[in-house]
Amino acid sequence: MVDYGRIASLWVRASMAYPASFWMMAVGSFLMTGLDFVAIWVLLRNVDDLGGFSLTEIGFLYGATGLGIAFADLFVGRVDRLGQMIRTGRLDTMMTKPVPLLVQVCADEFALRRFARVLQSSIVFVWASTYVDWSLPRALVAAEMVVSGSLIFFSLFVALACVQFWTADSSEVANAFTYGGNQVTQFPMSVFPSEIVKALTFVLPIAFVNWYPSLYILGRDDPFGLPRALQFASPVAAALFLGVAALAWRTGVRHYRSTGS
Amino acid sequence: MPLHVAVATRAFKRYSTYVGATLAGIFTNCVFGVIICFVYLEVWGSNPDAGGYDVTDALTYVWLGQAMIMTVAVWGGGSPDDLAERIRSGDVAIDFYRPVGILGWYLAADLGRAAYHLLTRGLAPTVIGGLLFDLRYPDGVGTWLVFLAAIPVAVTVSFALRMLASLTAFWLLDDVGPRMLLGFVALFFSGLTVPLVILPGMLRDLAFALPWATFLQVPADIWLGKTTGWEIVEGFAFMSGWAVVLLGLCSLVLRRAERRVVVQGG
Repeated sequence: MVDYGRIASLWVRASMAYPASFWMMAVGSFLMTGLDFVAIWVLLRNVDDLGGFSLTEIGFLYGATGLGIAFADLFVGRVDRLGQMIRTGRLDTMMTKPVPLLVQVCADEFALRRFARVLQSSIVFVWASTYVDWSLPRALVAAEMVVSGSLIFFSLFVALACVQFWTADSSEVANAFTYGGNQVTQFPMSVFPSEIVKALTFVLPIAFVNWYPSLYILGRDDPFGLPRALQFASPVAAALFLGVAALAWRTGVRHYRSTGS
Repeated sequence: MPLHVAVATRAFKRYSTYVGATLAGIFTNCVFGVIICFVYLEVWGSNPDAGGYDVTDALTYVWLGQAMIMTVAVWGGGSPDDLAERIRSGDVAIDFYRPVGILGWYLAADLGRAAYHLLTRGLAPTVIGGLLFDLRYPDGVGTWLVFLAAIPVAVTVSFALRMLASLTAFWLLDDVGPRMLLGFVALFFSGLTVPLVILPGMLRDLAFALPWATFLQVPADIWLGKTTGWEIVEGFAFMSGWAVVLLGLCSLVLRRAERRVVVQGG
């Protein structure tokens, strides 16, 4: 943790060497992530609701999954450059240093501008939260949802980056699951066919990022009639994801043989 | 001319080396295509005439969008990125004393790249989208040809915009910021996040006048048969107008930049 902070602050100082570029990037990422939500707003202007959910409810789902991926992206998003580090031999250099390898890989080129995404998601989340009928249990589930969501995306980033230990040039597959997972959970699951929702619940449990806890917080019945216990199961899903990610990382590192370059 | 053809074919070959990356990209395009299709099915299910599109138009638009992301390089990338790297490292000095213009050279390389991406990341998601959903196809050989002719013009407009972002490296040294900003504007105003036709009033008119409309909306309307007859000529005039203006701007900026380059002896 301390090591991570130290490496990250080095990179922050480095990025400040070109202030014009830094601020353009910061504003750029803020607006870029914001346009996602403008798009949803434009869609909702043309219809009364989407899958039976209103704009504020979708804003809640959007903010929750946005916070999850934003925190994960801020801290471990760089792991998708693993293939490049292998190709250039930088991973070998990192292995010789007395800091855990995963920390070094994730803190490499740490970009503070990624915080813009956290900020943008927070704004939508807070705005949507003002329409929620809050109670203590609901607030607890909300806190648990954001933590679990971040951990699920964290695990997705790490586990999928491990594919690059075997094939260095297919890093984009990971995007289908990380950013794809984010995109799919921006909308109420009631938009999708029930087979897809079941797959996102029991096969690749991405729906736990926001959908199940939000059903409880928003006081909505599950449109697919699945057990109510699922609405409290996000930490279980997060633990499963973490386990798989740890296993993938260990297997990957053990399998890794330098390119020799 | 033969030189530029050679540059383009080399660029085509260069991109075709990374088979794994291409397959990974196609998979990702398909995942996003499917997600957006279900959302649009819901939207056009309750408002069957949103933006003057019917549900088949909307679904087709989704897959055309996935096909265009890499072909037109909406997010950025392609040969202007290479140039930015050469500006930072100073290698651009070599480009300046070549007996061919920088713009023509890099444009040829980018068209070669676009051809590769059209045949792989353009074609494959469209075919898969067509298998999964009921889509609309151009209604005749003429429409196909007009659509195919629109693509290189769209790529040229996109190239000129990306080039302008890369050329800021002469002044800023780090061009990542301008490139990201351009990417975000392009993503929205190309109509990739939502079709431009469903934008509200003024925003819609603005979006249709900006160069990013050439990336996806104009070619898609040709494909869907929304643009016919004389409107096609107007569409092409709009696209080539932007291409000429932006390329002109590029060469102006390049001339200014040339005076800034200092070659270190040694």
